[in-house]
Amino acid sequence: MSFETAGYQLAPVLPELVLAVGAMALLMLGAYRGQETTRTVTSLSVVLLIVVGALVYMQPAGRQVTFGGSFIVDDFARFMKILALIGSAVTLVLSTEFLSDPSRRIFEYSILVLLSTLGMMVLISAGDLISLYLGLELMSLALYVVAASNRDNAKSTEAGLKYFVLGALSSGMLLYGASLIYGFTGTVSFTGIAAVATVSNVGLLFGLVFLLVGLCFKVSAVPFHMWTPDVYEGAPTPVTAFFASAPKVAALAVFTRVTLTAFPGIVSQWQQILVFVSIASMALGSFAAIGQTNIKRLMAYSSIGHMGFALVGLASGTVEGAQGVLMYIVIYVAMTLGSFSIILAMKRNGQAVEQISDFAGLSRTNPLLAFMFAMLLFSLAGIPPLAGFFAKWYVFVAAIKANLFTLAVIGVLTSVVGAYYYLAIVKTMYFDEPAGEVDPVRVEVRTVLAVAGLFNILFALFAGPVVSVASAAAKSLF
Amino acid sequence: MTTWPILSVTTFLPLVGALIVYLSRGDDEAARRNSRWIALWTTLITFAVSVILVMRFDPSNPDFQFVEKANWLATGITYHMGVDGISLPLVILTTAVMPFCIIASWKAITSRVREYMMAFLILETLMIGTFSALDLVLFYLFFEGGLIPMFLIIGVWGGPRRVYASFKFFLYTLLGSVLMLLAIMALYWNGGTTDIPTLMHTAVPRSLQTWAWLAFFASFAVKMPMWPVHTWLPDAHVEAPTAGSVVLAAILLKMGGYGFLRFSLPMFPLASHDFAPLIFTLSAIAIIYTSLVALMQEDMKKLIAYSSVAHMGFVTMGIFAGTMQGVAGGVFQMISHGIVSGALFLCVGIVYDRLHTREIAAYGGLVNRMPLYAMTFMVFTMANVGLPGTSGFVGEFMTLLGTFKVSIPTAFFASFGVILSAAYALWLYRKVVFGALVKPSLMSMKDLTFRECLTLFPMIALTILFGVYPKPVLDMSAASVQQLVNNYNTAVTAMKAAALLQ
Repeated sequence: MSFETAGYQLAPVLPELVLAVGAMALLMLGAYRGQETTRTVTSLSVVLLIVVGALVYMQPAGRQVTFGGSFIVDDFARFMKILALIGSAVTLVLSTEFLSDPSRRIFEYSILVLLSTLGMMVLISAGDLISLYLGLELMSLALYVVAASNRDNAKSTEAGLKYFVLGALSSGMLLYGASLIYGFTGTVSFTGIAAVATVSNVGLLFGLVFLLVGLCFKVSAVPFHMWTPDVYEGAPTPVTAFFASAPKVAALAVFTRVTLTAFPGIVSQWQQILVFVSIASMALGSFAAIGQTNIKRLMAYSSIGHMGFALVGLASGTVEGAQGVLMYIVIYVAMTLGSFSIILAMKRNGQAVEQISDFAGLSRTNPLLAFMFAMLLFSLAGIPPLAGFFAKWYVFVAAIKANLFTLAVIGVLTSVVGAYYYLAIVKTMYFDEPAGEVDPVRVEVRTVLAVAGLFNILFALFAGPVVSVASAAAKSLF
Repeated sequence: MTTWPILSVTTFLPLVGALIVYLSRGDDEAARRNSRWIALWTTLITFAVSVILVMRFDPSNPDFQFVEKANWLATGITYHMGVDGISLPLVILTTAVMPFCIIASWKAITSRVREYMMAFLILETLMIGTFSALDLVLFYLFFEGGLIPMFLIIGVWGGPRRVYASFKFFLYTLLGSVLMLLAIMALYWNGGTTDIPTLMHTAVPRSLQTWAWLAFFASFAVKMPMWPVHTWLPDAHVEAPTAGSVVLAAILLKMGGYGFLRFSLPMFPLASHDFAPLIFTLSAIAIIYTSLVALMQEDMKKLIAYSSVAHMGFVTMGIFAGTMQGVAGGVFQMISHGIVSGALFLCVGIVYDRLHTREIAAYGGLVNRMPLYAMTFMVFTMANVGLPGTSGFVGEFMTLLGTFKVSIPTAFFASFGVILSAAYALWLYRKVVFGALVKPSLMSMKDLTFRECLTLFPMIALTILFGVYPKPVLDMSAASVQQLVNNYNTAVTAMKAAALLQ
C-alpha cells in the first residue's frame, strides 16, 4: 500500500509545503548573504505569501481530509487561511520601514512571520488535538521571538518575555486539557471525540475547560487577557499589527472548529463558558479602554473587546453563529490593519508618536488621515453604515436566534460604552487644537490604509457576496 | 412614464454633491465660495427632484409607491425603498429645509467650510434614506448613520460646551438604538425577513410584541425626545450651529415620531394599545413640565428646545390615540413643527450672528431697529403658540381632538400646554423684541438682509398657508393614515373579542 492510498495525500497540504520550503529557502538566502538581504527577503516573503494564498484559493471546493484525518481542508479552512495570509502579508508590507533602520536589519523577522503563518495554516486545518498543538506551538514560538525583535528596547524584550512565559503556561494548560480529553474519550481526532462526547462526564469537562483556557489565552479573551496590553504596547508597532490580525484569525478559527466539530454533543456545557468569557471580554474591553492614554494599549483593550463580540457568535453554537464569527473576523482584520497603518503613519520629525493626545487636531494638519481614522473608529464602535456594524449584526443576530438574550443585551450595552472611547479619539482629532504637523506618510502605509479604509467605508455595497462566502464556509463545519 | 429610480436619486443626490464638494480642493476664499454654491445647488436640485415625487404621487393609494427593490445582503435583507402618505411629507420637509440650512450657514460658518457642507449633504442623504427605507436593516443604517455627521457638526462648529453636548447626543441616541437593533433581529427571526411591508402583515406573538415595542420605544423616545429622556436635546440645540439646530429640530426629531408610526403602531398594535396609557402620561408630563421649564430659561435656544419637547408631546399623544384625527394630526404637527421650530432657530441665529449671545437678557426693544425681524419673529411665535390661522393650531387641535375620544384626562392636561406655550413664547417675544431700546450694543443692529429674508419669508408663507389651508398635507397622508388606523383598530378589536370569549 502506497503512502497516497493510505489517506496521506499531499495535494491538500500543497500550500503549506510551498510555504515551508519557501521559508527555508529564504532563510538560506539570508544566512548566506547576510543582513543586506533584509529588504529582498521581506519582498520575497510577501510574494511567497501571495503565491500561497493563490494556491489556497485554487484548491478544489469541498472537503478534503489527509494524514488520516488530522488535516482538514474545507471551505471554512480556506476562508480563514486566506484571511490569515492577507493579515501576514499586509503586516510584512507595513514592516518595511521598521526593518529599513540600519540597527534593525534583521532578515529573520520575515522568516519568523512566515513560519508563524505556517503554524496558523496548520492550526486552521487541524483535525485532531495533535495537529492543533503542533500548529499552535509553531505559531506561538515564532511570535514570541518577533515580539522581542527590537532587542535593544527594554519594553520590547519585556513584551517578548512576558508573552513567552504566559504563553508557555497556557500551552501547558491546553496540553493538559488535551490529555484529559484523550484519556476520557480514547481518541484525539475531533470527529472521534464528537462521537463519544454526547453526554457530559466530569473528566471530559475538565479537559474541555483546560482546552478552552488555552484557546482563550490565544484570542486574548478575559480572564486570560493580561498579557495583551503589555505586549501590544511593548512590541514594535508593525509587530503589534501582526499580533492583532493574523494570529487572532487562526486562534478564532481553531476555537470555532474545536467547539463546533469536536463537542457538538455538549453545546450547553461549553456555551455557558463562552457566554461568560464573551461578556467579561466585552465589558473589560470597553471599560478598561476608557482610561488609556497610549493608542497601542487602547487598541489592545479594543481587541479584547472585539474578541468578546466575536465569541458572542460562537457562543450561540449554530451555523449562523459560525457565519457571524467569520464575518466578524474578516471585518475585524480590515479595521485593525487600517487602524495600525494609521498608528504607523503618525510620526513627528521621524519619531513615532503613540499618545492619544498626539492625535490632537489631526483633522486640520492631515485631513485625509483623520477622516480615515475617524471612519475606522466609528466602524470599530459598530456605527452603520460602516463595516463594523455588519460584523456586530451577524454575531448578535445569531445570539438572538439562539435565545441568548442576556448576552445580546449586555453585548450591545457594552458596545455603547466602547463607543465612548472611540469617540474620544475622534474628538481629539476633530475638536481639539492641532498638536503640530505630522510627517508625510510612506507610500506602502498609505496603500494599506486606502484599501482597508475603503473596504470599511464601502462595505455596505459589497456585503452581499461576502455574506454568501462566509455562509458557505460556516456550513462546511456542520 | 419613465422608470428611473426617482426615490434613490433623491436620496443619494446629496451624497454625490458631497463628493463634488470634496473634489473641489483648496482652502482659499474662492474654494469656500465654491463649496457653498455646490452645496446650495445640490440641495435645490434634490428639492426639485422631490417635487417630482409629489407630482407623481397618488394620494388615494394607501400603499408604498415609487418602490425599488434590489438584492443586498442574502437571506431576506434587501435594498427596498418606497414612500407612502406618511413618509412622503417628511421627505419633502427634509429636502425643503436643507437649502435654508445652507443659506443660513452662508456667512456664519467661516472655518472648514468644505467639511461643513459635506457633513450637511451626507446628513441629508441619511435623513431622506431614513424616511424612505422599507427594510429594517436599511432603515437602521440610515437612522444611526446620521449620528456621525451630526456629532461632527455639533462638535466642530458648535459653541463652548460642544464636546459635552456632542457626546451626550451621540451616546444617548446610540444607547436607545442598540436595543432597537436587538428587537429588529428578533423580528427578523420571527418573520424571516426585515422587509417592512412584509413584517407589517406578519403576526408577532404577544410577548415578543411587548419586548420589541419597548426596545423600539427606547430608541424613538430618545430621538423624539420624550420626557424624561429629553435632556440631551437642550444641550445639543444650544451648542449646535444655527443650521445644526434647524436640522435637529425640523427633521431629526421627526424620526422618532415617524418610527412610532411606521413600526410601533402597525407591527405591534397590541403592545401599542397596552402601552398607550404610558405614552399618554409621558406626553402629558412632557407638555406641562417642559413648558414650565421653558418659562425659566435664560437662553433663547434652550427655551425653543424645551418648547420642542412639549410640542413633540402632542405628536406622541396623537399617534398613540390611534384615531384618525390623532394620527393625521400627529403627522401634520410634525410637518408644522418642522417648519416653525426650524424658522424659530433661524430667527435666533439671525440675532446671534449680530450680537454673538443668546442670552434673553441681552436683548430688548429690537422692534425699534429691526421692524422686519420683529414681524417675522411674531409670525413664528404665534405659530409656536398655536394661534388659529397658523399651522401650529391645526396640529395641536387635531391631536387634542383625536386624544379626547380616547382619553379625556390626557386631553385635559395637554390643553394646559397650549396656555403655557402662549406664556413662554409671548414672554420671550416681549423680552427680546418689545421694550425700550436702551442697551448700547443693540443700537447698531441691522434689520434682515436679503439673504435672511430669503430663508424666512418662504417659511412664513408656508406657516400661514398650512394654517388656513392644511388640505395639501392632510390629503397626502389621509389614505395611508386611514389604512394604518384601520389595521390598528382591527387588531385591537380582535384582541378584545378574543379576551371576551375566554
